[in-house]
Amino acid sequence: MSQGIRTRTPVIGQTRVRKPWPESWVAAAFIAPAALVILLVVVVPLARAAWMSLFDISLVRPGDEPFVGLGNYIEQLTSADFWAATWRALWFTVVSTALELGLGLALALLMDQPLRFRWLLRTLVILPWALPTIVNALMWRWIDNAEYGALNALLTQVGILHSYQVWLSNSDLAMWMVILADVWKMTPLVAILLLAGLQSVSPELVEAAKVDGASTIQAFRHVLLPLIMPVILIVLVLRTMEAFKVFDIVWIMTGGGPANATQTIAIYAYQTAYQGYDFGRGAALGYLIALVIMVLAAIYLRLLGRLGRA
Amino acid sequence: MRRPRGRTVLVLLTVATLLGACSGAASQAPAGGGQITLHALFMKQAAYSDADVKAMTDAFTAANPNITVVPEYVGYDALHDKIVTDQVGGSGLYDIVLMDTPWPAEFVKAGIVTDITDKIPADFKNGVFPSAWTAATYNGRYYGVPWINDTKFFFYNKQMFAQAGITSAPKTWDDVVADAKAIKAKGIVQYPIVASWKQVEAVICDWTQLAAVFGGANFIDAQGNATFNTGGGLDALKFMKQLLDDGLVNPASLGFIEDDVNSTMAAGQAAMALNWTYGYAVMNDPKQSKVAGQIAVVASPGEGSVATSGVNGGMSLAVTKSSKHPDEALKYALWIASEKSQEMDTSLAFPMWKASFDNPEVTKANPDFFAAAKVQFANLVARPVVPYYTKLSNALQVAIQLALQGKETPEQALNDVAAKLPDLQK
Repeated sequence: MSQGIRTRTPVIGQTRVRKPWPESWVAAAFIAPAALVILLVVVVPLARAAWMSLFDISLVRPGDEPFVGLGNYIEQLTSADFWAATWRALWFTVVSTALELGLGLALALLMDQPLRFRWLLRTLVILPWALPTIVNALMWRWIDNAEYGALNALLTQVGILHSYQVWLSNSDLAMWMVILADVWKMTPLVAILLLAGLQSVSPELVEAAKVDGASTIQAFRHVLLPLIMPVILIVLVLRTMEAFKVFDIVWIMTGGGPANATQTIAIYAYQTAYQGYDFGRGAALGYLIALVIMVLAAIYLRLLGRLGRA
Repeated sequence: MRRPRGRTVLVLLTVATLLGACSGAASQAPAGGGQITLHALFMKQAAYSDADVKAMTDAFTAANPNITVVPEYVGYDALHDKIVTDQVGGSGLYDIVLMDTPWPAEFVKAGIVTDITDKIPADFKNGVFPSAWTAATYNGRYYGVPWINDTKFFFYNKQMFAQAGITSAPKTWDDVVADAKAIKAKGIVQYPIVASWKQVEAVICDWTQLAAVFGGANFIDAQGNATFNTGGGLDALKFMKQLLDDGLVNPASLGFIEDDVNSTMAAGQAAMALNWTYGYAVMNDPKQSKVAGQIAVVASPGEGSVATSGVNGGMSLAVTKSSKHPDEALKYALWIASEKSQEMDTSLAFPMWKASFDNPEVTKANPDFFAAAKVQFANLVARPVVPYYTKLSNALQVAIQLALQGKETPEQALNDVAAKLPDLQK
């Protein structure tokens, strides 16, 4: 490829200018700093974690780190705690991503309409996403507070509840409350991405469908939706991968409790490595999480590829 | 037109910048002029406030102008993990860290804290309450300077008790149940008791204190077998569940830590609670409490032959292995743990010095509370100091929550942890 743009050694007058470096060398030199940084902060730790995952490393037994091969992986894959945490993470992922996509699409369609205060709506919608996760999580912890939270006050004042409800300390409700907080925070991002997709669709296409007798719903279902499907899939890939490894919002709101009801796989890994000092098991867990995410991403990418061919 | 020479210069510049960046990081000079900076990690939750620490530190730096101390504060539930990540993660910023009662075994095994056995002055060894040393010792060696001597006391709202026609403070947990039922029946508050039973260390403290009353002070026997799932441990958990089922404990307690207990009491929404020493000052502070002046304190109730019990909530100051100035760090710890420093403010934490309790100048601040403390400090029970404590505690927190949420019976929940114990001990 670089062949085409490579220049001949120019001759000016009688003096030969020194031969330039091949393009690929120059490119390598420019890439080198970034590549070196990535090597040091990504590849080296990843390799080290992979190596660690093959040993039984516990910080309370310094010097005694036997090689266990795939023992850490087998132990996790046969552990009920691991699978419980994995299912919780999947549950969180499926429910929150589905809600975010549904609500995000509705919001995007609304913002795509020629409304009078569309600019204001777009600004307001992005606010929850602009808040740092820690602020968002702390805010929801207060809203959900059983004694003086806004949620209880609101629901009792409008008559939905008769007495204050315990939200985050109830093991049946806690996960829903965390999902609610996540949906509140991430729906705006989904909406903005989908809005960008919607705006790339030429309005004539929808109008043409309507002229041909399609109803609004039919036009959406058969014209608009297929056209923005690639964007939807990209949003799905991003959100699924993010949601499956959720940590911060859960950790701040519930710490994985009550009774482990919100202990997702990332929290389980953190507790294993940093609270239990089991770095070998922790490293193995990290790789298992990455594996699940890669499988999910591969499925989506296949779908995307098929869509591209269709 | 191409300018190959310019391209070469660019490449060289890039390489030079990179090299410069690397060497810059490596050549950071240590602080010169004999000035030393110590980084100390404290908690912001109970016991001494940051203002107290500042006052103690200011006195220290005034006497030692060549040392600067940078204190940092985190919530209790972040303290353990922050110490571990700092020390094991390799950054090793802190010279001094606050170490809780059950942690010395873990921290010693993990090589986080320094052995200071030969450097502890004699007056510390003789003058400090024996219970305060639990947080500082492991296998007969010293790894910390005791700093906080604390346990959970029983706080109650005098006015609510009077409204319910109760004339004396409860002496047993049976009394507590009877009083709570009377207060609930009169409709004074919906839930008379509030507790810190969130899935964190706080719930283990309450459970340990109750277990001691019901005759089970030990979690683990000498052979490493579980004893928490029978006797006192089991009875304590059943008792906690019964309080919830009878509507005597606020169900929100399952998500509460100690600060929430204070605020619920301060809002006048509960009549009694267990909490650390600092609760007294907070609940009686007109600035943050609606019921200031109404909260009284007594030694934690007993049951049967046990007059009172208290979980050992002592904490010590440990010098980290990463510290480049261990001697100065120890000097600082000994200073802020001295009798003089500890007597500066006794409203949030009791001194750990025996002599302070017999010094009328000190006890006059709150004679009743000092009297209650003197009784209870003699009856402290410790959580097990074992290297796998955090794993054990995490498993027990979950089991207790499962039982309190009604997902499992108390027997089932505790037996599950007992069955998992060999794995936790690995």
